[in-house]
Amino acid sequence: MSAQPGTIAPSLIQEQRSRRDARHERLFRWLLKGCALLVLAALLGAAGATLWGGRSAFATFGWHFLVSTSWDPGNDVYGALVPVYGTIATSLIALLIAVPVSFGIALYLSEVAPAWLRTPVASAIELLAGIPSIIYGMWGLFIFAPFFANHIKPWLTNNLGDQPDDGKLSWVAQHVPFVGKLFGSSYPFGASILVAGIVLAIMIIPFISSVMREVFQTVPTRLKESAYALGSSTWEVSWDIVLPYTRSAVIGGIFLGLGRALGETMAVTFVLGNAMTLSASLLDPGTSIASTIANQFSEASGLQKSSLMALAFLLFVVTFFVLLIARLMLRQLAKKEGS
Amino acid sequence: MSTIYLRRRITNWLAMGLSMLATLIGLAFLAWILWETLRQGISALNLKLFTRITANGADGGLANAMVGSLIINFIGIAIATPIGVLAGTWLAEYANRTKLGETIRFLNDILLSAPSIVMGLFVYTIIVLPSTALTHGSTSFSGFAGGVALALIALPVIVRTTDEMLRLVPSTLREAALSLGVPQWKLTLQILIRAARSGIITGVLLALARISGETAPLLFTAFGNNYMAINPIDKMSSLPQIIYQYANDPGDDLHAMAWAGAFVVTMFVLLLSLASRLVLSRSKVSHD
Repeated sequence: MSAQPGTIAPSLIQEQRSRRDARHERLFRWLLKGCALLVLAALLGAAGATLWGGRSAFATFGWHFLVSTSWDPGNDVYGALVPVYGTIATSLIALLIAVPVSFGIALYLSEVAPAWLRTPVASAIELLAGIPSIIYGMWGLFIFAPFFANHIKPWLTNNLGDQPDDGKLSWVAQHVPFVGKLFGSSYPFGASILVAGIVLAIMIIPFISSVMREVFQTVPTRLKESAYALGSSTWEVSWDIVLPYTRSAVIGGIFLGLGRALGETMAVTFVLGNAMTLSASLLDPGTSIASTIANQFSEASGLQKSSLMALAFLLFVVTFFVLLIARLMLRQLAKKEGS
Repeated sequence: MSTIYLRRRITNWLAMGLSMLATLIGLAFLAWILWETLRQGISALNLKLFTRITANGADGGLANAMVGSLIINFIGIAIATPIGVLAGTWLAEYANRTKLGETIRFLNDILLSAPSIVMGLFVYTIIVLPSTALTHGSTSFSGFAGGVALALIALPVIVRTTDEMLRLVPSTLREAALSLGVPQWKLTLQILIRAARSGIITGVLLALARISGETAPLLFTAFGNNYMAINPIDKMSSLPQIIYQYANDPGDDLHAMAWAGAFVVTMFVLLLSLASRLVLSRSKVSHD
């Protein structure tokens, strides 16, 4: 009995089909992998492009680029210290304000607030994270900086600074080292390192507080209840149980906020005053890496453009490592949860 | 009551009080910023904003900036969505728990918070400079370059949400399809992505919300244009860029227009994040 054509054909078709499927599968896999590798390419490309663009600045100034305070387009001499100082100072001020406030918010939302209040307040705080940075910049420039110059700055310069309006130094300015320098200023406007730090703090509070709140909620109820049963107060549970348990993730959240603060451009550019001079006072205007680039890049050429690219490379590398630490710290808690 | 109990109680009250104060501070700044944007923005709103262009200055409007924003955002999302969805799919379905997959997932999280101004400079180097050199300067800054810069910012958002949403799809769905002999690519495209659709849409909306307020990467890519530009290879203006330009101008009339632009951008972003929440919550109901 010879095989019917109808019984051979299906197996042939099947074989063809499975071969076609395998081919499609391979193609699909490569397509997907290629797209995923683009993420890698974006990071490497951003680092490579800025390094390439900044090569003549690095070649001309060498290590001197990092420690020089001069930024002089007239003589074509550029140094990174002033913008680097501005970036670090504003980010540290932002952290100094944002970390305790975020901790308070996270504590309130995870331990203190009544249950019905938690979700709406948490969404409201997260709304802050959604507001575009340029809106923070405008608010800072038109509303907060004038408010600061009229109501807060006079008090700071008169009671803490070494250049008070009436010429009489306060006790603090005379006896506590550095404080007088930090708050002494004769600059009449609000735009300053301190104001930029405050605006940055408001921007990063929602990031840090939402990370903290999320990780606080991962603490096993068992642990907290045991502490309560032994007579601990809410504060003692938070400080001695919740915080140690989530320490690495909390630090990760703080570094995440720092990474945001370092690279923020628009909010800072508006309220920093754009001064390329190094001043010890927090009430004097300054500049940051990102705002120097935003202000000067369009009109720059030659060595100045290259120096701006070099600044961008520095910023990118520093933020990369800050964010790397943040993610590694955050991952530690996730591992603990999994085990 | 002994002093140690009293001291512990006072510490507790203080801490609770301070935590409440911290929350109030956060909410107060939110209210302050939104209130000023609403107040100044609404008082500056008028029809001219939507019909006239920025070339007319204080007597003009923001029409070209709004159109430019829409075009640049559209280009950004159109580039980032397919790449982001496919990359997220690879992470969740093909490379879950592999070394390369874990590395890319990790780096994607870093790209999520990378400074946007550096992304602008990157695109300036790879698109604006070559196009200037190739066309001998007739095409330099362009709306397309701006779109690519925004795509780089939207990409990690979409990758991450797609990855997370696909990993939420129950594995029984995969097993059922595979046992019927469905090849994996078909399973991925026709079943998994469909099952995670609302989550992926949420990611795209969030990415759109994120990029529509971005200013820094557009300064050296789309640059700005005081006239109406529709062609993506022309210099193009955008709302955030005009806000930046007008707010830095000494004229009060232009400040008012910057506030109006800020109001439009803020409303757009807030509505988008609201919409993304709605998409997600509705899908949750339908799956239960």
